[in-house]
Amino acid sequence: MSVPANTAASGGDPVEILGAGDMSRALTRIGHEILERNHGAEHLVLLGIPTRGVPLARRLAAGLARVEPGLDAGALVGDLDVTMYRDDLAHQPTRSVGATALPAGGLDGKVVVLVDDVLFSGRTIRAALDAISDLGRPRAVQLAVLVDRGHRQLPIRADFVGKNLPTSAGERVRVLLSETDGRDAVLLEGARR
Amino acid sequence: MTAYLIRGASILGEGVADVLVQDGRVAAIGATASDDTSAVVVPGEGLVLLPGLVDLHTHLREPGREDAETIWSGTRAAALGGFTCVHAMANTNPVQDTAGVVEQVWRLGRDAGWADVRPVGAVTVGLAGTQLAELGTMAASAAAVRVFSDDGRCVHDPVVMRRALEYAKAFDGVIAQHAQEPALTATAQMHEGLVSAELGLAGWPAVAEEAIIARDVLLAEHVGSRLHVLHLSTAGSVEIVRWAKGRGIDVTAEATPHHLYLTDELVRGYDPVFKVNPPLRTAADVEAVRAGLADGTIDVVGTDHAPHPREDKDCEWAAAAFGMTGLETALSVVQAAMVETGRMTWADVARVMSFTPAVIGRVADQGRPVQVGEPANLTLVDPAVRRVVRPQDQATASLNTPFAGMELPGRVVATFLHGRPTVLDGALVERAGASS
Amino acid sequence: MKHLLSAGDLDRAQAVTILDTAAAMAATQERQIKKLPTLRGRTVVNLFFEDSTRTRISFETAAKRLSADVINFSAKGSSVSKGESLKDTAQTLQAMGADAVVIRHHASGAPHRLAHAGWTAGAVVNAGDGTHQHPTQALLDAYTLRRHLVGLRGGTDPVGHDLAGLHVAIVGDVLHSRVARSNVQLLHTLGARVTLVAPPTLVPVGVESWTADVSYHLDDVLDQGPDAVMMLRVQRERMGGGGFFPSPWEYTRGYGLDARRLARLPEHAIVMHPGPMNRGLEISADAADADRSVVVEQVANGVAVRMAVLYLVLAGQEQPTVDGQIGASA
Repeated sequence: MSVPANTAASGGDPVEILGAGDMSRALTRIGHEILERNHGAEHLVLLGIPTRGVPLARRLAAGLARVEPGLDAGALVGDLDVTMYRDDLAHQPTRSVGATALPAGGLDGKVVVLVDDVLFSGRTIRAALDAISDLGRPRAVQLAVLVDRGHRQLPIRADFVGKNLPTSAGERVRVLLSETDGRDAVLLEGARR
Repeated sequence: MTAYLIRGASILGEGVADVLVQDGRVAAIGATASDDTSAVVVPGEGLVLLPGLVDLHTHLREPGREDAETIWSGTRAAALGGFTCVHAMANTNPVQDTAGVVEQVWRLGRDAGWADVRPVGAVTVGLAGTQLAELGTMAASAAAVRVFSDDGRCVHDPVVMRRALEYAKAFDGVIAQHAQEPALTATAQMHEGLVSAELGLAGWPAVAEEAIIARDVLLAEHVGSRLHVLHLSTAGSVEIVRWAKGRGIDVTAEATPHHLYLTDELVRGYDPVFKVNPPLRTAADVEAVRAGLADGTIDVVGTDHAPHPREDKDCEWAAAAFGMTGLETALSVVQAAMVETGRMTWADVARVMSFTPAVIGRVADQGRPVQVGEPANLTLVDPAVRRVVRPQDQATASLNTPFAGMELPGRVVATFLHGRPTVLDGALVERAGASS
Repeated sequence: MKHLLSAGDLDRAQAVTILDTAAAMAATQERQIKKLPTLRGRTVVNLFFEDSTRTRISFETAAKRLSADVINFSAKGSSVSKGESLKDTAQTLQAMGADAVVIRHHASGAPHRLAHAGWTAGAVVNAGDGTHQHPTQALLDAYTLRRHLVGLRGGTDPVGHDLAGLHVAIVGDVLHSRVARSNVQLLHTLGARVTLVAPPTLVPVGVESWTADVSYHLDDVLDQGPDAVMMLRVQRERMGGGGFFPSPWEYTRGYGLDARRLARLPEHAIVMHPGPMNRGLEISADAADADRSVVVEQVANGVAVRMAVLYLVLAGQEQPTVDGQIGASA
């Protein structure tokens, strides 16, 4: 779950947890772990969850293509909008519905790796699993996140984690990406030093 | 009978003088008024003393629609609004088209005792527009009817209208026409113009009113009768009446408070409290009606007080009844629209809301000057007060005032009916033994 | 967005958001599993005081595809026809827990009253009121226009775009048409130019304040090369004694879209009709069934647009007021 970029820090200066280099290394490592776990990129589909999961999935796919010769990164990656599957719609201002775009091969029999920036309560991933079940029947679904900040409310865990970041519930984790925010960084806001 | 000394009020907004009310008459004015030390003093400093207001156009709904208003509740509202005489329109159930019904209304008014009730007789039997009602018998009855109207419906047939105009001459009656060409307004819901086009409500063209007025003034000229035009609402109607008067035609005209103050823009919320016949018109029409009232083209203000039970307004627009209440707001609206705009003096207000209506209705003991020996029908107004209109606080049995929530100037402090106060300190004076 | 009462209440951003949301909804409707869990537990009442099987089915499908519970309340054969007032009906629905009321009513302004008279707390969606408004029809028309005439044309939805630069002719009984009123406002808001074409008797007094040109001559307007021609239904009962035009044949000669007029349209122009069509009166079979006719697609797009509207009025947390509120002027 990503926290909107315009949210003001609630106290204390933001602390940079990951810089651009850290982020790049974490994504490279995740890419290798995905290939290792799945014995290559065959049958692999990366689905980014908007907003910041989408560029992350594209970066991961590009990374896989660099490692695996002949792999078409574009054919590997898709977007999965989970808005219409959320269980918290009635408790939030109206969310705009995003687009879902699947790779041409669909999801049946594939290994789907969901990609998101921050894993927090697990509810977004629950919604994503419901969305996937309406879209096809993958052989397996795995989860890659840049940051796991804990505080799970559902029995969900990530398969691939860039950074485990213990936080207090009152803190905010902000992921900045050059595609959407102009630079790469992970910030912890509202932290007490 | 108790004597009352109205002290320090400005008579018709002009000279300040004490006024002694005794035995139903104005007994003294000026220095001699305070000679009677037993008189109850009504402080009038800063207030305006007017002749009791006379309404030529009131729907009291009794008999037939006592759920909307009764003669009792309606005349209490009249007293609070400063009226000492109201003309009860004929569209009751049964219709006031016989001597029996008009006498019943007249007696109920007299028994209630809050204002003189002058029944209006129907022009045609059952308001059906085809056969003349017994105008002469109603005129000769105890109710002494002089104003005849099918109000709510237009006397549409030109032959019937001609006969009515002619026939009423025998007893100095007047035909008060509700000018609405029925074929042009068959499904009409509101004024036809920019707002109706946008709201998708069937339009009520100005010409539907103007065409009838034009026809009627020519008929009145032709047969030499007097004609009274009810609730004139458009700039074109003002022009036609002005032209007719210029020709010497014996026509008088009425404007309502709401047509002096409200426009069709208010319909945008689809709240049926603004649904009325004739409909609220444009700002240009309101301006023309104000100008017509100021220059004497329009002779009187009539309230067209039209109470309706709640269910007839608490619904979608098309299903709602036409009409608005007005007795308790009329004077305030005239003050806001005409006095505070500098177009009329309080003496002009007395003319259009008391003197002239009484002349048109041939009411001998109402609408008289505030002079020694005249009947003590008086209204004491505080023009400095501003008040927010609250429907629940009104004496009328219905809630359909379009001025709800609006702040209006002026308040009736006291009303005297033939020397007896019906209102003092802005509240009704209940009488022992009187009942609804 | 609390209610959807009039197309005139929508600004450009809101309108584009609805069209974009409709595009997302439309994408889900190409899947094998069309049902989404989005409005699970919400109750939508279709309150229809006027027969309109098409519109009712469209709203019902939209609500069901979003997993809302749907109650169809038709005035025919119900207590409404026995004189129960709109107010009582609304309060009954409120007591039953309706989260949204989709209302079709023969009285102009009835949805406005329902939303603002305090009879119900639920969201109100106008499914056509008298001769006033039919905002979801205008939205589905705008959506159809955008798919066909903006951006890549006919392929993907040009998300984020409006209808700037398009010229749409709306032809027929403008006077009695809620579809025309809604479209004039919405298409103008989205940047399109609208020309109304009708005999003078079927144009309302006051039309000069509308954001549209008016012409009495269809052939002249066709010569201007409009991008779309929207034919309005003409009701046969508008003819005859005191009628709005002398005969159906004269109407068809002057304002009917036939093969000859179809051929004069630019190649890319599309033909629209809100349905149901009077074939042979305002539109000939040639025109109705032509390749450039998108009448059937309009129906399909109606479901996506109504899904979007129901989503936008029901999915979010109820906001106290501010910019999202539509139709708040009472």
